Amino acid sequence: MQKNQLTWMIGGPQGSGINASAEVFAKACSRAGLRVYANIEYHSNIMGKHSFYRVRVGDEDVRSYRDNTDILVALDHETLAGDGDHRRWATHFGHLHQLNEGGGVIYDSEIDFDPSQSGRPELRFYPVPFMEIIKKALEEVGKGEQARRYEVMKNTVGLGASLALCDYPFDLVGEVIRGQFKGKRSEVGELNVRAARLAFDHVRDNFDADGFPYTLKPGPEPKARILAKGYEIAAIAKLKAGCALQTYYPISPATDESVFLEKHQREYGLLVVQCEDEISSINMAVGASHMGVRASTATSGPGFALMVEGIGFASITEAPGPVLVLYQRGGPSTGLPTRQEQGDLLFALHPAQGDFPHIVTAPGDLRETYQDIFSAFNWAERYQLPVIVLSDKKLAAIYTTIDKLELKYDQIDRGALFTGSEWTSVDAKGPNDGHAANGNGHGNGELKEYLRYALTKDGISPRSRPGIQGGRFWSTTDEHDPDGHITEGVEMRVAMMRKRMGKLALVAKAIPQDQQFTLHGAADAELTIVAWGSTKGTVLDSIKVLEAEGKKINFLQCRLMRPFPAQAVGDILRNAKRVVCIEENYSGQLATHIAAETGFLIKDRINKFDGRPFSEDEMIAAIRGALAGKTEAVVTNVR
Amino acid sequence: MSVSAPVKLTIKDYKSELHNDWCPGCGDFGILTGIQMALAQLQLDPDKVAMFSGIGCSGKTPHYINAYGFHTLHGRVLPVATGGRLANTALTVIALGGDGDGYGIGAGYFVNTGRRNLDFTYLVHNNNVYGLTKGQASPTLSKGKRTKSMPEQAIQDGINPIAMAVAAGYTFIARAYALDPKHCAQIIARAIQHKGSALVDVLQTCPTYNDLYTKEWYEGADLPEKKSRLYKLEERGYDGKVQDPSDPEEIVAKKAAAVARSYEREPIPIGVYYEALLPTYEDEIYKRIPSLKDTPLVEMDTFHRDVTPLLEAMR
Ligand SMILES: Cc1ncc(C[n+]2csc(CCOP(=O)(O)OP(=O)(O)O)c2C)c(N)n1
Repeated sequence: MQKNQLTWMIGGPQGSGINASAEVFAKACSRAGLRVYANIEYHSNIMGKHSFYRVRVGDEDVRSYRDNTDILVALDHETLAGDGDHRRWATHFGHLHQLNEGGGVIYDSEIDFDPSQSGRPELRFYPVPFMEIIKKALEEVGKGEQARRYEVMKNTVGLGASLALCDYPFDLVGEVIRGQFKGKRSEVGELNVRAARLAFDHVRDNFDADGFPYTLKPGPEPKARILAKGYEIAAIAKLKAGCALQTYYPISPATDESVFLEKHQREYGLLVVQCEDEISSINMAVGASHMGVRASTATSGPGFALMVEGIGFASITEAPGPVLVLYQRGGPSTGLPTRQEQGDLLFALHPAQGDFPHIVTAPGDLRETYQDIFSAFNWAERYQLPVIVLSDKKLAAIYTTIDKLELKYDQIDRGALFTGSEWTSVDAKGPNDGHAANGNGHGNGELKEYLRYALTKDGISPRSRPGIQGGRFWSTTDEHDPDGHITEGVEMRVAMMRKRMGKLALVAKAIPQDQQFTLHGAADAELTIVAWGSTKGTVLDSIKVLEAEGKKINFLQCRLMRPFPAQAVGDILRNAKRVVCIEENYSGQLATHIAAETGFLIKDRINKFDGRPFSEDEMIAAIRGALAGKTEAVVTNVR
Repeated sequence: MSVSAPVKLTIKDYKSELHNDWCPGCGDFGILTGIQMALAQLQLDPDKVAMFSGIGCSGKTPHYINAYGFHTLHGRVLPVATGGRLANTALTVIALGGDGDGYGIGAGYFVNTGRRNLDFTYLVHNNNVYGLTKGQASPTLSKGKRTKSMPEQAIQDGINPIAMAVAAGYTFIARAYALDPKHCAQIIARAIQHKGSALVDVLQTCPTYNDLYTKEWYEGADLPEKKSRLYKLEERGYDGKVQDPSDPEEIVAKKAAAVARSYEREPIPIGVYYEALLPTYEDEIYKRIPSLKDTPLVEMDTFHRDVTPLLEAMR
């Protein structure tokens, strides 16, 4: 039986609204019970440059995109033929090569394009008079002469036409469009529905759509799954975790998270501050953390490069935060601002001078993002250190269905607090216990003097905050004594280094194993894939396909990067028959990290550093290659 | 139960017990005393005061003050203090640092902090040199000047911090002199009481590295007739206070007057150059999140948020 699935793609210049129709289609599918995985590729540009949106839908879970599409909607010539006509070095050659056999191309009949010269004459081509349809829709409400002003409705026309091809119920889409234009804008909504309907009818009336090989039915039953973007889930996790202050400086692809939070700051009482730069963002968040609120920031590589001194600052002063979400994009330097890369792992692991503790975690999908960001605030306060959550452009921007969004570990844990009269939840018997210098009255029931950096047994000193009576303390980025004053003394230096660095062992012990790594699949596999972050879904989708062919593959997903579960990961790798590390960066940064942490050197590395995420097809081919002992860099085929 | 009269806090209550390691005769002592006197004058509860500093000799100041103290990064004191202030508006927040810290490496934050007009105080220890790194030219040293610690004359010109503060939007702008702690304390106290971002540029001697602008120089000991090179603005009938903050013309006129005074050399004016009661960043926040007016962020319950409406909207 043929699977109920479809990939639909729309391409056009930035500013032409391809997002709108792609997201409408995605929602219409999600609501009808289908699963959705949609991703956008776009330029660092406001208007005019090529962008495209892929929507993959089906009855089965989809966690990655496919190379090819069944339907392509082209709003401009470039979508069909690439940009070689106006660039010395073409960046792409159009999307016709990405159509499945017999696939349909819907394009604006005003585009100067000859299908017979397309190189894919076997495809089905549907020239549709986009502007004429828009004009007709406007005429019905007496605004026919204003057609040019409504040119942006072209994307809706393309969507309407597509539905006729794949035979998807028009009303499901019409309803979503209406839902997006509420109140005063409902008139515009109606106009869009009308234009889409006219396009739908146009294709039905003028072309023989029957027998189009790629059709889509609504899901077996309507299901109200969540359809979300990664940055939204990240923002909601911050709200859920009680974050009180979010600072940011605009940068792709991190900005969306902060803007989402700012949009909701009034309802939730979370303050969002747009700063003058990322140095300000991180330091403001550190200042707020010390004041006792949960604070966070979000950035990508260039911003993180500026933030690094703040990480060291937070760590040596044992600030209970901040939580920083680092949305990786193509580096180095300004690099590929809107494209995918997993290139900042090693940088995030050691961003500043000296040895200092911090936590780095790399969730692999939206549910893990939700959990890890929530947990990150607990870890930050409990261990009094900054936490970096590694995300990336792909995780930020994918628009995908989530069956259930819930926290497995849902407790708020604010760590050991000095509350004014007593210390809580900590055994304060330290190496210097009994010394007046340690000021540590705890244990014999009497508090002599509060010391913010008391040398406790487990290295965690109950924290106070300004405003707490009797909890006064000093703090400095210099090395310091238990009272927070500067020291350069040998013994205290050693004690403080051990106190701080020792916290990593506590973290390693406390973080649940399933938040550290996951071995997906059977233990006895012919090939073990090692990967991290947003490639998770792609690897899982690929393995599913290969397993159906009888291949035995498992997948070690690394998630907690620091402290690293070296023993467990090393054991798995040493027992594996064959290991390949697959990453979206040039050098294989996780493999390098694993070698340093476990002594296990993964030589077989498959890397992709062209700024595009692995498709399922590319991943499958890469794994097949690895099974055959071939590991080459993967490059997206643009011709 | 007997009600005891509130204990009056004295300057001693704001002194920490830490041994001080500034050079003998450092102008920082005067500023430290000025701060402690101002805190005593305002009877501020040490548990409700948060001091933030940058890195440098001046950056050590909070360690000598009995209040919450954060000795942060070189040039970043203003963002850190801003985060602190936003988190807890019930506190008195004082940021301070060197002139290198504030006008050099931290210049971007100096400007942008003025734009926000957050309700806190910023003191700059202006000694024309980078003290802790042993006397290089700071951003306030004029072109062609050379202190004894410099191998060459300053190759670039100094900035005018008062004029910069005016342009940036600080709503209280003053200058004090470290070796006149009493006047310094008065100015600092006014700065703390001011509602909005207050800058106090404190002229400070550095007896170790700055042999140009010494105590004697400020006193005019070298002049044919010994005469202070400083004068107090208020003593010459200057009033920088905007009477009607809703009148943009008055604001511009007062700003222009302040800038004009800031270019006066020999004598150099000290005192309040400019003062205006304009909406603060906090005021703007309260408009957006009214509950913050009565409950500082740190006291708010942020842990029982219902995010289901956000998730429902995604179905
Ligand atoms: C990022 C960074 N660069 C350089 C330094 C070295 N440094 C320490 S203090 C200082 C300058 C101090 O001068 P100033 O800010 O005027 O303060 P003062 O010591 O005169 O009070 C410098 C450059 C540093 N700590 N951090």
